[in-house]
Amino acid sequence: MTDLWSLFLRASFVENMPLSLFLGLCTFLALSRRTETALGLGVAMTAVMGVTVPLNQLLYVWFLAPGAWGWAGLPELDLSYLSLVAFIGVIAATVQLLEMVLDRFFPAVYAAFGVFLPLLTVQCAILAGSLFMQERRYGLAESAVYGLGSGAGFAVAVVVLSAVRTRLAYADLPDGLRGLGITFILAGLMSLGFASFALMAAQ
Amino acid sequence: MAAPGSFWRTLTAPLLRENPVTLQILGICSALAVTTSLATALTMAASLTVVLTLAAGLISLIRRHIPDTIRLILQIVIIASLVIVIDQILQAYFFEISRALSVFVGLITTNCLVLGRTETFARHNPPVPSMVDAFGNGLGYSLVLIFIGCVREVFGKGELMGRQVLPLAEQGGWFTPLSLMLLAPSGFFLLGGLVWALRTLMPEQAEAPDFAPPEHREAAE
Repeated sequence: MTDLWSLFLRASFVENMPLSLFLGLCTFLALSRRTETALGLGVAMTAVMGVTVPLNQLLYVWFLAPGAWGWAGLPELDLSYLSLVAFIGVIAATVQLLEMVLDRFFPAVYAAFGVFLPLLTVQCAILAGSLFMQERRYGLAESAVYGLGSGAGFAVAVVVLSAVRTRLAYADLPDGLRGLGITFILAGLMSLGFASFALMAAQ
Repeated sequence: MAAPGSFWRTLTAPLLRENPVTLQILGICSALAVTTSLATALTMAASLTVVLTLAAGLISLIRRHIPDTIRLILQIVIIASLVIVIDQILQAYFFEISRALSVFVGLITTNCLVLGRTETFARHNPPVPSMVDAFGNGLGYSLVLIFIGCVREVFGKGELMGRQVLPLAEQGGWFTPLSLMLLAPSGFFLLGGLVWALRTLMPEQAEAPDFAPPEHREAAE
């Protein structure tokens, strides 16, 4: 149990997707203008990653890993090169499914998410979660915890950044730095903060 | 067919004036993650340019046959197949670099730059201009990667392409490596600085201020 908890903390803080691994930066920067949208994005990320990483883990172990087709008399078959296409397919399908379920049962939540849900298909952080899972050979429980943790870490980072940017709306910045430039520098400062989590983990 | 002049413009516009990374905010993830050394940055830049150019060509070829409703999935599958090919080639011939790039080659699939260009340009234009546009954007992306890769490697390790260019203090020289350059925050700072520099040189790229006087604010939202 403690192992899973430490994996969760590790995934959300030490290996924070946007701030230490530079993943999912496009949405991280583009959708952090307002705190409400940032919160919605964070929740959607956590939900999608919590579902897709374990799903892809099952898919990988039962169909794609070397020797996975042993039960069908094909022990030498190695389909792991197909994992990229398979993973992205699962992610696209999950996002679509989530969209339909939300639309049917939770229309208010669906309206709040708006356009972000379909955009999540091409979110690098989500695909990266599955690829890291494959590279590090996580089990099913570990994958679920890792997915949830990474999503939660992304949510924390994006909400904090949006809060800082809201405050910055009244700052008098040099013209060239306004918008993207200052956001990068803010993200850099936050990233310094998150780097200290890595030092804590190392001790 | 367009005149040669417009070809040249399509090719060179994304280099500085409409640079995909600094102006269009596309493909930032990989621009920062793989730039701790010049060699990985170059590999990534080359892989992305190849994938982008081929994907734009292919998608532009079948652009009249793609139904609108499933175009995203189709485009992603085409891109993912190209990425798998590149990944296998890298693993076969440049194993060390492919280790260093880790999952980032696979992540070209979801690089917003690729999907962004196929979605906005290749879907509406014939193959040749699409490929020229894609190649130009690939070059613009490569420029940023190479610049950041150079700065981070030179100041972080005093090396360039693995060769020592600044004599290190511990070996009798004068240079003390800035280890911050190899960590995540420096990538953000460098790219932020680069964006600032470019927008100061080209003021028309600067963003409109977020702040509006309170009485106009309700109307703006």
